[in-house]
Amino acid sequence: MEWTDRAVVLSARRHGDHAGVLVVFSREHGKAAGLARGGQGRAGRGALQPGNQLQVTWSARLAEHLGRFSWEPLAASGALWLDDPLRLALLGAACALVEAVLPEHAPHAALYDGLVGLLSALGEAAAATLYVHWEIALLAEVGYGLDLTACAATGSTEDLIYVSPKSGRAVCRAAGEPLRDRLLPLPAFLAERRAGQGGEVGQALEMTGHFLRRCLQAQGGRALPPARLRLAEMLRAI
Amino acid sequence: MAGSEIERLVQLLARLPGLGPRSARRAALVLLKRRDSLLEPLLQALAQARDGVKTCSVCGNLDSGDPCALCADPGRDDGLICVVEDVSGLWALERSGLYRGRYHVLGGVLSALDGIGPDDLAIDQLRRRAAGGGVREIILATGATVDGQTTAHYIADRLKGSGVTLSRLAQGLPVGGELDYLDDGTIGAALKARKIIG
Repeated sequence: MEWTDRAVVLSARRHGDHAGVLVVFSREHGKAAGLARGGQGRAGRGALQPGNQLQVTWSARLAEHLGRFSWEPLAASGALWLDDPLRLALLGAACALVEAVLPEHAPHAALYDGLVGLLSALGEAAAATLYVHWEIALLAEVGYGLDLTACAATGSTEDLIYVSPKSGRAVCRAAGEPLRDRLLPLPAFLAERRAGQGGEVGQALEMTGHFLRRCLQAQGGRALPPARLRLAEMLRAI
Repeated sequence: MAGSEIERLVQLLARLPGLGPRSARRAALVLLKRRDSLLEPLLQALAQARDGVKTCSVCGNLDSGDPCALCADPGRDDGLICVVEDVSGLWALERSGLYRGRYHVLGGVLSALDGIGPDDLAIDQLRRRAAGGGVREIILATGATVDGQTTAHYIADRLKGSGVTLSRLAQGLPVGGELDYLDDGTIGAALKARKIIG
């Protein structure tokens, strides 16, 4: 079988001298792995950096085989941010999360479009805020959708400052006060639909990190990828 | 077809970088045909390397002495440390003959795929060298890859406040490179790192 699709490189691991095992997130075919001949050679290595966008053709005799990739570069998103610690960390965390959280061969076209949008918006000032929204979209795709529009207890849309760690729904100040030690703080920028400032983005990543951990725990007790942990650490320090 | 000794030799040679099963078979055949002039000296060289080559306790280089010849060389600039991923990077810089400072071999780059975290790299040793005094500048010469530059930024963060100037190698057009043949990433990096002329 064979398919051709647009894809974002998630990782490429050396296999032999010049080949690599390439993992991509494709629009119509989801996460897929395959052998990329020449992928670790001088010509291929640059194209197969995480975050780069490719046109890939995957072929294998059976769908469950590892398969082989051929590729054409479309956009070098990864290479553009090598000198920017924050943007490189955002890119690395997004790719690592897709690889860790999504199952293989399950299409998530909306999430793919969101990732491509995030990669092209990395140069914007609000890139970290966009990243948080993308993580929330990722959670929704894997069944951990957050509802931050109204209070889970009262239905109020005002003064939403907590998130229930169980339901992922917002909780207002009045309803959440008795349980505040058990609730997660909801950064104001998410409820107010504006760009995160100061430590707000780090706080938002603490919140989404809780649900990502739950998701990964349910998938065999895996931990958050190191790239995501480093991003949270970096934004906590801001 | 071949005895078990030869098969074992071929299997081991095929594990070396650059050698597949066919080239390993050819190499084994040449070694066995030229026992006195090639196999025997190779055996001796391998044994000497096994017994004599050490990892330098200062920089992580491989050499017959500890500290290595580069660390022991009084003619080198102590104020300059170049951080490389692996010994192969150190050799590449030495081949150029353009760098006269000291080195620090990290032992890899941060990589979730390979399970390499900060504790697996010689970052603490680098911090101790930076804090030891006399170091003016640390050049982060990790690869121009996402993992390489993530590692460089991580090290830069850990060395913050050490008072040492941090720099990294430039990225962009290779010497002899023509735009037509370069990938988008290299062209993008070259545009970002462009220099004013005059």
